[in-house]
Amino acid sequence: MDTQHSDARAVLEGPDIVRVLTRIAHEIVERAKGADDVVLLGIPTRGVFLARRLAVKLEQITGRAVPVGSLDITMYRDDLRMQPPRALARTEIPGDGIDGRLVVLVDDVLFSGRTIRAALDALNDIGRPRAVQLAVLVDRGHRELPIRADYVGKNLPTSLRETVKVQLAEEDGRDTVLLGAKQTVPGAQR
Amino acid sequence: MSKTLIRGAKVLGGEPQDVLIDGETIEAVGTGLTDEGVEVVEADGKVLLPGLVDLHTHLREPGREDSETVLTGTRAAARGGYTAVFAMANTFPVADTAGVVEQVWRLGREHGYCDVQPIGAVTVGLEGRKLAELGAMHESAAGVTVFSDDGKCVDDAVIMRRALEYVKAFGGVIAQHAQEPRLTEGAQMNEGVVSSELGLRGWPAVAEESIIARDVLLAEHVGSRVHICHLSTAGSVEIVRWAKSRGIDVTAEVTPHHLLLTDELVRSYNPVYKVNPPLRTERDVMALREALADGTIDIVATDHAPHPHEDKDCEWAAAAMGMVGLETALSVVQQTMVDTGLLDWAGVADRMSFTPARIGRAGGHGRPVSAGEPANLTLVDTAYRGQVDPAGFASRSRNTPYEGRELPGRVTHTWLRGTATLVDGKLA
Amino acid sequence: MQRHLISAADLTRDDAVLILDTAEEMARVADRPIKKLPTLRGRTVVNLFFEDSTRTRISFEAAEKRLSADVINFTAKGSSVSKGESLKDTAQTLEAMGVDAVVIRHGASGAPYRLATSGWIDAAVINAGDGTHQHPTQALLDAFTMRRRLVGRDTGLGRDLAGKRITIVGDVLHSRVARSNVELLHTLGADVTLVAPPTLLPVGVPSWPCEISYDLDSTLPKSDAVMMLRVQRERMNAAFFPTEREYARRYGLDADRMAKMPEHAIVMHPGPMVRGMEITAEVADSPRCTAVEQVSNGVSIRMAVLYLLLGGAAFDAKAAPEAANGLVDTHPRTEEK
Repeated sequence: MDTQHSDARAVLEGPDIVRVLTRIAHEIVERAKGADDVVLLGIPTRGVFLARRLAVKLEQITGRAVPVGSLDITMYRDDLRMQPPRALARTEIPGDGIDGRLVVLVDDVLFSGRTIRAALDALNDIGRPRAVQLAVLVDRGHRELPIRADYVGKNLPTSLRETVKVQLAEEDGRDTVLLGAKQTVPGAQR
Repeated sequence: MSKTLIRGAKVLGGEPQDVLIDGETIEAVGTGLTDEGVEVVEADGKVLLPGLVDLHTHLREPGREDSETVLTGTRAAARGGYTAVFAMANTFPVADTAGVVEQVWRLGREHGYCDVQPIGAVTVGLEGRKLAELGAMHESAAGVTVFSDDGKCVDDAVIMRRALEYVKAFGGVIAQHAQEPRLTEGAQMNEGVVSSELGLRGWPAVAEESIIARDVLLAEHVGSRVHICHLSTAGSVEIVRWAKSRGIDVTAEVTPHHLLLTDELVRSYNPVYKVNPPLRTERDVMALREALADGTIDIVATDHAPHPHEDKDCEWAAAAMGMVGLETALSVVQQTMVDTGLLDWAGVADRMSFTPARIGRAGGHGRPVSAGEPANLTLVDTAYRGQVDPAGFASRSRNTPYEGRELPGRVTHTWLRGTATLVDGKLA
Repeated sequence: MQRHLISAADLTRDDAVLILDTAEEMARVADRPIKKLPTLRGRTVVNLFFEDSTRTRISFEAAEKRLSADVINFTAKGSSVSKGESLKDTAQTLEAMGVDAVVIRHGASGAPYRLATSGWIDAAVINAGDGTHQHPTQALLDAFTMRRRLVGRDTGLGRDLAGKRITIVGDVLHSRVARSNVELLHTLGADVTLVAPPTLLPVGVPSWPCEISYDLDSTLPKSDAVMMLRVQRERMNAAFFPTEREYARRYGLDADRMAKMPEHAIVMHPGPMVRGMEITAEVADSPRCTAVEQVSNGVSIRMAVLYLLLGGAAFDAKAAPEAANGLVDTHPRTEEK
């Protein structure tokens, strides 16, 4: 389960993260033509913090509050039976729902694409958005499903022997993205 | 018949001696007895006891031959060191007539592993209403002297009084299963802390004690003797102690399992621990041991109660009550009474042979190990330690609560009237 | 709590809080247009009911179906069980059909424990009420209801019931609900008082982690929640109390008595209620009575239990020893795995 980050190297630092989130916010406004109907849904844990940060920036740009919520995908995962049961995180859909809206899913790292597949399934049970887009802080490649991000903070070519760890002030006390070597813990199944 | 010399046996736990058996009788007890022309059994420091006598066994035949027969039950008895067992009356049909008791008695004689002394029912069909033909059973070939409705209590005070009086005419005794029926309706286990947590219907100690109190007073009033089956509570001990101090002619038995096991085991919901009377608390266990040591409780009786596997391989409430005990009794007594210093081997001989034979009037059994006496003997390897393995039982049933438990002592030889029924732990 | 849920006593404080927190998330599914999760797709759960209990069975069934499990309902009545088939044979028959979990209701105390520990089957066992022993999901839904009402729906997350004063009134002797609640509420830090006529308290009750009182009126002002247990009229015939009228007078909850409770205090009932006996209609229908809420909370709790027992890898203590230490993985998700 756990991987160590003893020799991890920072590939994005605090100011970089602020900068790329600002860029993503502008791209959303641009592509969504003012972002009138945007709903931001973060995927716990860190996607939720990123979604909230994006919401603040969108409000600064557009002058309107943008609905923001969270979407826990645990119950929709395709690997539930490979690990002990996981604690659920909060799903919080903004009051007006998602029907007919442009939902932007927000996550920290895009990797196999399986999380996003699960998120699309979860959305399906909640309502019918006009469109769904995806914003991620880091895209590290190695997709296993036909999924791509609409907004990417940083494309980070990685090896499967590496790990990408995002730390955010809200959870970890600081903002950084670390690239390290994977050390397999005995008993952990990936 | 040939002669057998048992060499170097600690008779009743005393100094090593030789015991010479000639035919059905002990010819001599001493040191340096000649071994010329005789079969020699090297006792090698094992303890020699008079053949054990069990006043409380269920042999199930007739009626429940799927759980035990007279043959399998007496083979189990021989393995346990017994030379006489009293077979309880709750068979199908009930042993309430001369015909049934004679059949059981005869089967025991024919098989030759252990004498079977039938116990007659007190009331017809164990129903507690009408006295069975106690006199006819006594006069039959079986010569019944002990009567019991065991499994059921003779709860009607008038019937109990009449039975106590009636058997005086021929020296009989009523063995009471003390269980007030209304207080134990649907009862599943000892009533106390554990039953309250497990949600199993409680079986209060007072249900046993109130009947014992009544019956010792009845026995005093009509001048009869009374025997109390499988006494299980500290309170019962106090009542019997009081009765004896008043000179009431009461005797009492305790089972091996009540000397060792407590109701904490029921937390497993494993019906192998389901028994009547139920396993009680640690405090009761300690009181019973003390009472057996000081003679308040006269004897150990097994309440050997075989049940087929399916009657125990189920949920607690659906399971039958009872445990097999003949093949583990002496080991449990050694662990709880001898190894704890409460009783010496002479005491064991008293509680498991002399006194039960006397209470049940079992002629030829429970006699001293001395010249001229019938050669009913048991040789015990008291140094042995081993785990109980029910697969090795001679009993047809395996419902032992001791499976996998380490117990001391092992019966290696049993002689019934000079004939070896058990040799080196193997049935003859 | 590992593979089975047999007794509320098996739950640690953290296990119990996790179940309550998970149930809060499950409760939100009920507000969605599609009240269904794919989580237990392909898993088979059998509801093995040897005792009639339509309420409990449909609550479990709703929970199982909302998690997309395949559900088999087995009621003993009219089945081979009534023809003398043993619990063991029934269980092994179901096992042969490949069930992943058995939800069992049985009249004999300890039957679920036996099923889980006898080696008859491999499936997870969830106790849906056994004799007068335990009914752990009822205790969990009761605790869930209390936490929502007394601590708060959102503020309650991650918290227990420390310091809450809970009074349980009625037939404790015959009540698996009372036994389960005393264990669980104690684990969650609440102070429990049992109120009943002495005839309806077990002899061993002084060893339980709770207070005992025979006087309802003096206990009510010191209660944050008062749980009324069902009292069956048949108990009168066994001399547990003289008459229905006398029972109601001494131990029933009516409006006058309810007025003695603190303003925030709630009235609970596991159902089915015997109106006029332990509770008057006026109290039962008052907004302070949570009986109906308890029913809907029951579905959320049972979803949470099913998810936590069945939602992950099949438990294998040898293959994953670390999993034996805690119920679930509570690490925040760090990256896609």
